[in-house]
Amino acid sequence: MAQDGHKDHPKYMNIFWWLLGLTIVEVAVAIPEYSIVLKAILLIGLACSKAALVAIYFMHLKFERKTMAIIVITPFIICVFLVIMLMPDITLDTRLDSLVQPAAEVVDTSSH
Amino acid sequence: MEHATTLDHTEDVYEPSLTPDSLGKLGMWVFLVGDTMSFGALLAAYAAVRAGAGAIGWAPPDAILGINLTAFMTFLLICSSVTMVKALESIQNGNVSRMCLFLGLTIAGGVIFLGLQAYEWYHLIHHGLTLTGIPDHGSYGALKDQAINGSNLFGPTFYAITGFHGLHVTGGVIYLVVILIHGLRGRYTAEFNHEVEIVGLYWHFVDLIWIMVFTFIYLL
Repeated sequence: MAQDGHKDHPKYMNIFWWLLGLTIVEVAVAIPEYSIVLKAILLIGLACSKAALVAIYFMHLKFERKTMAIIVITPFIICVFLVIMLMPDITLDTRLDSLVQPAAEVVDTSSH
Repeated sequence: MEHATTLDHTEDVYEPSLTPDSLGKLGMWVFLVGDTMSFGALLAAYAAVRAGAGAIGWAPPDAILGINLTAFMTFLLICSSVTMVKALESIQNGNVSRMCLFLGLTIAGGVIFLGLQAYEWYHLIHHGLTLTGIPDHGSYGALKDQAINGSNLFGPTFYAITGFHGLHVTGGVIYLVVILIHGLRGRYTAEFNHEVEIVGLYWHFVDLIWIMVFTFIYLL
């Protein structure tokens, strides 16, 4: 397994230039001021492309058994659920304000 | 991917059996999967805290952190990933001294990265970015009001995430030094080199995580 396939590995320098190019694009995309949503989509897309290049070529996932790739993809899928599960923490913020308001008044009256 | 599977036994039509080499790799991958969850949890928590603070409740990272320095640090880690694959390629071709040279360059990349991170932390702490607050003087002053209106967790999240990554780099440098010492003593050959490949997996993972940290903490 370690030996088969290393003759058809790509030229590592090509991957290096891709990573370097994508990093420069990332910084260029990040500097100007515009919609944060568009910026986030662009930057996360670029970062995921770079991460995929590293995993597929430098970490030889392309040349591994398929099971290994399935194991590797799992945490990334779970991380998406992690973000979804944390969504209430973000959106609950405004609802908490409305809950806290009457509670604060109760505290005020009881102190008199 | 299917055509790469060279089959010794006809009954095993899908994948070749695990060998001591691939067991080691599987072990490292399983560790890295767990580590991905650690970083995933940290980054997801960061996203939640930041989004909860609102658009003006979080200081813009590029106003406090140095993008140029960290872009260079990203470049450095990418370079050290290339020297790492070159080290593995060298030993697969049986060239021990070339492997040791490239392992040495990889270690140098890691050490310089850590040095720059220490410099960055020193600079930020000196300017008042600590676990309990953000700078309230000089050019950072205006950012304090912004942070007070939202979340004061800029410092803690920054240090927790970059610190956790820095610890991984430190561990990786120690790991690489151990492999280099083995290499210098002639442990690895063209036939026996899976330990070099496994340290490579760890090192590329540290690079991969930095790509994510750089994007989420510094650029966004």
